[in-house]
Amino acid sequence: MTCRDLAEFLIDYLDGDLPAEQRLVFETHLRRCPPCEAYLRTYEATIRITKLVHTETCPEKGHTCPEELVLAILAASRNPTLRSEPEA
Amino acid sequence: MARLQAREPAAFEQLVRTHGGRMLAVARRLLHNEEDASDAVQDAFLSVFRAIGHFDRQSRLGTWLHRIAVNAALQKLRRKQWKPERSIEELLPAFQEDGHAAEPAVAWEEPHVALQHQETRDYVRRAIAELPENYRTVLVLRDIEELDTEETARLLALSAGTVKTRLHRARQALRTLLDRRLRGEVP
Repeated sequence: MTCRDLAEFLIDYLDGDLPAEQRLVFETHLRRCPPCEAYLRTYEATIRITKLVHTETCPEKGHTCPEELVLAILAASRNPTLRSEPEA
Repeated sequence: MARLQAREPAAFEQLVRTHGGRMLAVARRLLHNEEDASDAVQDAFLSVFRAIGHFDRQSRLGTWLHRIAVNAALQKLRRKQWKPERSIEELLPAFQEDGHAAEPAVAWEEPHVALQHQETRDYVRRAIAELPENYRTVLVLRDIEELDTEETARLLALSAGTVKTRLHRARQALRTLLDRRLRGEVP
């Protein structure tokens, strides 16, 4: 397995989709190749960062709906055509 | 829920005030500007108002609303003109003829530490926004909105295999964009 192969199969490895034999080859390469080990770790970090940067721990991305949008939605919801399917 | 399904205006208002912010956050992640995101949220709530009578009370309301917000944002995205964008290829890892990496990877600083800085968080968001649209959308749905491969494939009318390939390419491309920053070369 080359570094190119490892980069290609990375997502299958992380998803647990590699057959046992291929997984063994993958992990053997990882142990012997520090750059590929670093690539795997930084790929995993990319996934975590993508999620983390959009979580509530980032204060600038609060979950407040602007009042003008709330009022626009409520005004639109008063359209009589939206009320044609009342549940029994 | 009974008041919602009876279409009581006060119950709808409470629904909008409680969940509108989260739905707006979803739309913002998929769309590029505030106006489109607001339009998508309004469309989403109108869908909610139409369909609330059919909501299965055994389901989680938040999950149902999340799916509706994703759908509304995707519909908005499909109607937008495509803008010129960079090729994903230039952001994928390069290799020598013998299969070794052209530029060997090095470790990053701990993400939790790096993300304590506002500049780094902004940098990450800009990097995600910079990805080609077809790849960015899959990344947002899978890695941020946490939809599974099958649901993402259904929403985007793609095969599961294509979703997986695009997700992998998107992560690799984003990793390339983040690399200089997180290995400490960009102040």
